[in-house]
This record gives sequence, structure tokens and C-alpha cells, in this order.
Amino acid sequence: MLTDDAGKGGIAAGGPRNSEDSTRRTGGDLVQLITPAGERISHPEFDPWIQDVSDEQLGSLYEDMVVIRRIDAEATALQRQGELALWPPLLGQEASQIGSARALREDDFVFPSYRDNGVGYCRGVKVEDLVRAWRGSASSGWDPYTVNVATQQIIIGSQSLHATGYAMGIQNDGADCVAVAYFGDGATSEGDVNEAMVFAASFQVPVVFFCQNNHWAISEPVRVQSHIQLADRAAGFGIPSMRVDGNDVLAVMAATRIALDRARRGGGPTFIEAVTYRMGPHTTADDPTRYRDANELEDWAAKDPIARLKSLLDRKGLLTADLEAAVAAKADAVAAELRAGTINMPDPEPLDIFKHVYSTPNSWLDRQQDHYSRYLASFGDPAEAASEEGAR
Amino acid sequence: MTQMTFARAINSGLRKSLENDPKVVLMGEDIGALGGVFRVTDGLQKDFGKHRVVDTPLAESGIMGTAVGLAYRGYRPVVEIQFDGFIYPAFDQIVSQVAKMHYRTRGAVKMPITIRVPFGGGIGSPEHHSESPEAYFTHTSGLRVISVSSPQDAYTMIQQAIASDDPVLFFEPKRRYHDKGEVDESMDLAGTLSMEKARVVSEGKDVTLVAYGPLVKTARDAALAAADEGVSVEVIDLRSLAPLDFATLEASVRKTGRLVITHEASQSGGLGAEVAASITERCFYHLETAPVRVTGFDVPYPYSKLEMHHLPGLDRILDGVDRALGRPNSLSGLEG
Repeated sequence: MLTDDAGKGGIAAGGPRNSEDSTRRTGGDLVQLITPAGERISHPEFDPWIQDVSDEQLGSLYEDMVVIRRIDAEATALQRQGELALWPPLLGQEASQIGSARALREDDFVFPSYRDNGVGYCRGVKVEDLVRAWRGSASSGWDPYTVNVATQQIIIGSQSLHATGYAMGIQNDGADCVAVAYFGDGATSEGDVNEAMVFAASFQVPVVFFCQNNHWAISEPVRVQSHIQLADRAAGFGIPSMRVDGNDVLAVMAATRIALDRARRGGGPTFIEAVTYRMGPHTTADDPTRYRDANELEDWAAKDPIARLKSLLDRKGLLTADLEAAVAAKADAVAAELRAGTINMPDPEPLDIFKHVYSTPNSWLDRQQDHYSRYLASFGDPAEAASEEGAR
Repeated sequence: MTQMTFARAINSGLRKSLENDPKVVLMGEDIGALGGVFRVTDGLQKDFGKHRVVDTPLAESGIMGTAVGLAYRGYRPVVEIQFDGFIYPAFDQIVSQVAKMHYRTRGAVKMPITIRVPFGGGIGSPEHHSESPEAYFTHTSGLRVISVSSPQDAYTMIQQAIASDDPVLFFEPKRRYHDKGEVDESMDLAGTLSMEKARVVSEGKDVTLVAYGPLVKTARDAALAAADEGVSVEVIDLRSLAPLDFATLEASVRKTGRLVITHEASQSGGLGAEVAASITERCFYHLETAPVRVTGFDVPYPYSKLEMHHLPGLDRILDGVDRALGRPNSLSGLEG
């Protein structure tokens, strides 16, 4: 978790001003600032946007990525142990999620998909809230307004429209914050994502479409979704786009800052394709060995986002024993917090099923609730009745 | 009191809402310069600007999904779906997002969205322009569903719908848009009835005739015709289709012992089924005969030369009333 001057979720945006023309690009070559071997390579267009990232901040990006990978592993273990019904691992996508989320300002508003737990973590979502819905204890984990992150969307691509509508509201308010939609490569085939880009372009609203191309929509490879680079689709909508190495935290951060800066200055939407890889299954219920080649996994393991940042830190002499120990301790502590928070999470009350369907009393529902509570009461002990009800 | 058309009454209600709450935003296709294909939003963009009366791209899911985002941001979107049969591209956003967001977020995020839908037939139009899709939405938890039948209710209830923190499907009977009625525009919203309250249109003692939207007028005409034959029909305008005002329905059926329900929508799984089942559960010992449904057939909305056969008219409703009363009717002699 973030501890530096950036406040909740953000490293204060740097970068040149009035660079609209130079950054208004479409797709193009994959932008990379850190090679898989951990070498920092220069890029005249993107470098200025991350030159303010201090050594300390680089270390904290590393910490966030290690911690979210640990959260992901712990949640996967909790699922295997029967404590969660399901979990969608983000293994391999840490740089995409941390690099983009850490570029945001506190008042920016994120509309994530179910896999974007790294984004939620960066924004200050409590770790047990990340798993609350996956345990079945609630239909979502947190109050969106406390962290400026909408609850995770399961309907593929739906949230891209919500982000665009939110951005229409920002525009009406005359504010300079930005709405960010997170979705995957599969979502780009959905009508909603395409309609979102139409609306965003028509109204020139401050929204960023952040697409993590992790190459797989469950079992379908990205080539089933598109015959051109996903970033190149944006041009058809009149939306500038960037295609960045999604396993390179600095490239992702630079691209996100470029897009945010454009949006804040009234320049409208941007599409970012972060090219990454889903190292794990779609969810804990999936078996990727049925549809993908082990060699592919190996190739991508060699481009691991955390290993590459670690190498960079090492090259810069920043990978001290102190840093490694601190990061490991943090990961251990957060994992323990997640485990305890999950296991100790209170079960909902039976009549919670009726809560919040409407914000005002509803005569139909009130009657059904009344009848069901009488039914439960007919057993004497409502808790016992509820557990029997569930067992049948 | 002012004489105005149904369409003008809605326009006036929308105007009032736009004036009273800066967070109210109208969205839809052709609602700006054109004033909507039915001119319901006539003049509003001119007076409130393009950011409050928004001509959207031609994409219903897009309209609905961006309305969700605006609601997230604290706005109160009023969405126009141009025609009933055009609502289906937005169905996913309505059912999966608009209806469930409040529940999903345990009350943290409200969806005060009003979805205006000109609905129903009788205007001789081609396919997709005459449908009655209300039952899809009454079946969806988290939504409120309203259908108005008079200019006064249109004026009042559109404002109530917009003020509601819950999402409201607001079905407007398009063939009544040009009907005129008295509207009291000074009416204080807070002083009006609850949005769930049905209206007894005309009192009677022999049979309860339940209608909503475009068929309230037809039902009232049927009641007048029945009165000529000495049959006293109590006409009830549901107004709220979800939830239904069972208190008003029960009181009427306990009095008359007979129930006829009419709607343009197809019969199976429709509102009539819900009213009949619920009233049977609640008033079984007060019923003299089984409830009768007079509805559209279970067919896709027919081409316009046939729509008069599909739409329940005065005579078919009276035939239904005769069935409820055990008087000679078109099905006399048939069992079941």
C-alpha cells in the first residue's frame, strides 16, 4: 500500500504540459520503458511523464505489486480451502493494475471489472472487502463513494458506459477529475464498450478506457475478438490510443498520466491497450491446460512484471536487504489480514435478503418479508431454521 | 386548471422537474431540436441547454448505461426510449445494472433514473412501434413501473417518478398523447397521493374492471355502456404496475365479487395473471366467479390492419364483463 506523498492511490502527476499534439497518437509500436531483463530504456515521448518518479516511489510500486500478488495467491488458497466460492486471479497483470491505479488522483473515479483487485487495493479498498462478494457474504465488497471505485462489474464491458456517463457528469459539473473504465480484451467485442466509445467521442468527455489485453477471454484467444491490434480500434471512433507493455509498470504509468492529463484539460477520451498476460486461470473454476500451450505460459513468465521491476531496482542499487525485508513483511501482514478478515467475516442475517432492493418502502416486498419472517419464526429459533433452509 | 393534451402535460411536468432540480438531465434520441418524435420534450432543450436536454447517439444501451454513470455522479437522468419496441437493446443495462445497483451496493449507490417509454398500439404503425413490454419490467425486482392514463396523472406522476430515488419505468400511452384533459399545475407534489396508489375511476357494485394506460379510457367507456344495460362496473386505473396497490383492488373485489382485467399486452405471464392470482389468494371467499382476462393475444404485435382484433376494445371488454357476471357471452356453452 501506498505510503508516500501521493495520498490515496496516486503519485502526483508529472510530465510536460501542452504536449497534446505529441501524445495524440493511435496505437503504434508497443511502448516499453523497462525491458524484461530490467533495463531502463529511453523513450522520448513517454520518459517525461515518469521522470519525477523517485527511487522511493519506485520501491513503493514494487511493494504494491508484490503485495497484490500475495493477496491474489492468498485468495486463491482461500478458495481452494473452501473459504471463497470463486476467485479471479490477476497473476501476471500486476504492473497494468498498479501502474495505472497509482497514476490516478483521489477524486478520479474508477469503474473496474471483477479482475481488477490490484486497482481496488491501490485505491484503499480493505483487503477483506476484496473477497466479500466472492465469499457470498454480500453482492459487492465496498461503498464506492468511500474509495471512488465502483463495485466490480461482472457483466462484461457494462462498466465502460457507466464510466462514460460519470464523465458526462464530470463535464457538466465543470470538474477536472476523470472517470476510468477497466476492462479486458474480450470486452472490446461487447456492444457496450463500442457504444461507450461512441458516446465518449461524441461528447468529448473525460474518460480513459483502460484495456488490459491479457490475451485470453476464458478460453478464447484475443485473435477471436479482433484481427487488428485492440488499440487500433480506437481510431475508428476518433479516439487517440496507446499500446503499452502492460508488464512494465513505468510504461503503464506514463500512458495513464498522458491520458489523464488530456482528459483533465478537456481533450476528451483516450484508449490504452496494456498488453499483458493472464498467467493463471480465468477463475479458480477454470482449467487453462485444456486450451493453451505451456510454452506460451513460459514465454510470458520470462516477461514477468515483478521480476523486471526487481531487476531494475537491483541495477539501480535500490534492492536493499531492508527493502526486501520490508516488502516481505508487508506482504505477510496483508495476507494474514486477508485470511483473518475472510474467516471472521460475519454471515448475513436471513432477512438481509430483502434489504436495499428499493430505497423506499415497497408494499410487495414488505409483505413477502413479513411472511418469510413469520415462516422462520414458526421454527422457534430463526437461526436454526435458516440453516436448515439452506441445507435443503 | 388548464386544458392541455397528455403530451403537453408530460412536457410541463418535465419542465417543472428541470426547474426544481439542477441534477435532472433529459437524455434520448431526437429529444432536443426536434422535441422528440412525439414532441413531448418540445422546447426544453432551447430553454435548458444541450447539457440538460441531451440528444444522444442512436444506441439505447449506451443511453441507459451512461444514465447509470450519471446517476453514480449524483444526477437524476430522465431517459426517453423512442418507442416501446426499441427498449430491448437497453434491456441488459436496465435489468442488470439499473435495477440491481442499489441492492448490489447495499444502498450506497442510488439509481434515480426515470425511463420514459411511449407504449401500446392503436396508431397504425409498423412493427416495433406498438408494443406493451411492461411485464418484463414488473417481473424485475428493483424497478418501479408506472403507467399513466390522464393528463393530470401524467403531469403529477412524471414529477414523482423523477423525484423517486428508485428507478422508474414510466409507460406513456402514445395513442392518448393528443387527448386533452384538465390539469392542475399548482398541485403540490408533497400533497399528492403515493406513487403506489391506484385510482378508482368510476364506482360500481357488480364487477371490478381493472385497466391501466391506454385502456383506462376504453374501460370507462365500457362502464358507461354497461350502465345502459343496468350493470354497475367499478373501473380501477392501476397507475402503479409494480408494486400493485392491492389494498384498493381488494376493497373493490370484496364489494363486487367479480374481477375483469384488461391490457393490450399478451396474456401469458402478463399483469392480468398477477392481478388474478394475487386477488384470488387474497379474496378467494369474496369471489363469485373466476377472474377474467381480456388482453392482447399471445402473438407478436400484429400488422396494423389486424391490430383492432388484437387490442381489447369496448365490445370485447363488455364480453368479458358478461363472462364475469355469468350473462350470455361469446364463450357461453364452452367448458373451462
